[in-house]
Amino acid sequence: MKTVLLATTALLAGAFGAAADGQLNLYNWGNYTSPELIEKFTAETGIEVTITDYDSNTTALAKVEAGGSGFDLVVPSANYVPVFVEKGLLAPLDKSRLSNFDNIAADWKDVAWDPNRDYTIPWQWGTTGVAVNTSVYDGDINTSEIFLNPPAELVGKVNVVPEMNDVIALTIFNVGGDACTEDLEVLRKVRDKLMAAKDSWISMDYGTTDKLSSNDLVATVNWNGSTMRARLNNADVAYGYPKEGYPLWMDSVGLLADAQNVDEAYKFLDFIMIPENAALISTFARYANGIAGSDAFMPEEMKTAPEIVIPAEFAAAGRFLPTCPQKATELYTAIWTELRK
Amino acid sequence: MRAKTHRRSKGLNGWLLSLPALVLLLIAASGPLLIVVIYSFLEPGDYSGVRWTFSTDAWFRILFQRDIFDGTVSLADANLSIFWRSVKLSLATTLIAFVLGLPTAWFIATRTPAARAVWLFLITIPFWTNLLIRTFAIMEVIRNQGLMNTALINLGLIETPIQVLYTDTAVLIGMAYVYLPLMVLPLFAAIDRFDFKLIEAGYDLYASRMGVLRRVVLPIIRPGIVAGCILVFVPSLGAYVTPRVLGGGKNMMIGNFIELQFGQGQNWPLGSALSMVLLIVVLAALLIYTRVSSRDDPNG
Repeated sequence: MKTVLLATTALLAGAFGAAADGQLNLYNWGNYTSPELIEKFTAETGIEVTITDYDSNTTALAKVEAGGSGFDLVVPSANYVPVFVEKGLLAPLDKSRLSNFDNIAADWKDVAWDPNRDYTIPWQWGTTGVAVNTSVYDGDINTSEIFLNPPAELVGKVNVVPEMNDVIALTIFNVGGDACTEDLEVLRKVRDKLMAAKDSWISMDYGTTDKLSSNDLVATVNWNGSTMRARLNNADVAYGYPKEGYPLWMDSVGLLADAQNVDEAYKFLDFIMIPENAALISTFARYANGIAGSDAFMPEEMKTAPEIVIPAEFAAAGRFLPTCPQKATELYTAIWTELRK
Repeated sequence: MRAKTHRRSKGLNGWLLSLPALVLLLIAASGPLLIVVIYSFLEPGDYSGVRWTFSTDAWFRILFQRDIFDGTVSLADANLSIFWRSVKLSLATTLIAFVLGLPTAWFIATRTPAARAVWLFLITIPFWTNLLIRTFAIMEVIRNQGLMNTALINLGLIETPIQVLYTDTAVLIGMAYVYLPLMVLPLFAAIDRFDFKLIEAGYDLYASRMGVLRRVVLPIIRPGIVAGCILVFVPSLGAYVTPRVLGGGKNMMIGNFIELQFGQGQNWPLGSALSMVLLIVVLAALLIYTRVSSRDDPNG
């Protein structure tokens, strides 16, 4: 009797296998994963996806490094990918299992932080600039002075996202230095400028999309896609490209070395490299992705958005942030720690 | 003689029986603490963790800072200001909780037993909701486009929103709200045992209302006051969630400062040393508590 029951159960399990088997734990930035994308993936593969949020690269690194996190996929920024790789936290990708690998756009196929894309595939890329509510300040917003030396209307109202690499890079560009500079004269100016500016800030916090939408924040250092989402809710919000220079960045998905659901993870990685699916990611978070041909599936508003299509006059000011040498990172961390006190 | 041996073996037995609990306490309480102490004497590792090299740098950096560029050493006023803010806000929270909590506890203790149960029940209701949710609720009330500012603007009392969120005031409001029940409950327990005939006696001896309060009521319920103050002060000092949400990441308290060292600051030894300092401050507060409360205890 027992055998019959077991056999029946096995049969049933086989029949409904597509709906019941497999799960995947995705560890991603908060408010960054398209629910539509996940629904579609689950509908097609039967794999249940659990999403856990983090708010910074350091948080993600610390949690993954502690071990036993149970996550399968993580989405670090370009400058953190080498750190994850160096610490042995990411598994090299078996490209024979990724049939859509060739869909990665030529620009993003071989990148400095992950040569030949041995460890990660593109998730989204964008820019870091400033977001300003133009009903409060209608002057020139295409400058990092918005947060480094705010106009009178914005003094005491500026938020700065606590993302070290972006903020330090914006400030280095503002005082005329290059990304990853170790020039002490430049860095002294960076520190002094930040320390002086800090008094005119109201907070150093995330959650800018919601707060810009609800007018709780009127000026902040922000990412382009977040600003676009806020503008769709609140027409007064505008995005500024600092003409002194602003960072370009990309977040990429990597497979964790201690992933438990490796097969499911490969299915997901392959799935998001299909242009139609990559477009879903972008339509939700409002950043461009690195998959060729996904534009065709994007809504019209994305194709013309001033936050996504970089205006020609500011294109040259955008600079990709490389992974800085340890020495530079140490100096930046020292400045950052002093600032955050 | 026989009785003596018996007693001794009983004592030994007691020791053996409590051994598992002692071992557990040693491992679970002292073990992690020991790790924190050891970590505070090491060097920070790359990006996170520690490097196993002895260093007193973390302890040095609590009080002093070395300029990143020219290496000059000065007093770490930034750290000190965070400590000072934490102590100041915790003391203020304790004071607010006491001023609001004493009349509340008095009111409850002077109701009929049935009504008393209802009031005590009402006091505990906030504990049913997660601290984080309650803090976000406060945020919803005080934010620029929140309940308070919208109401004031609609009433025509102000034109632009008052910036309360992300200030020390916001943190103070949040902590006073969260920790108030911890003050009310011990105060209630003390007032509940208070013999109200003593007040009549005071009046009979021509004491003024103030005199009765100061010289009869307060001294007798003092253990309750001290317990309430400690219960509010200690968690306030280590508060993390409230200043994190309502302080906006710029106005930090010690708890946030410690977290920062384990995250973006990438300096675990400094975080460990700061944790030890916090622990020492709390122990000092408790020591004062035992001194103050035992001085008054007729049995002690």
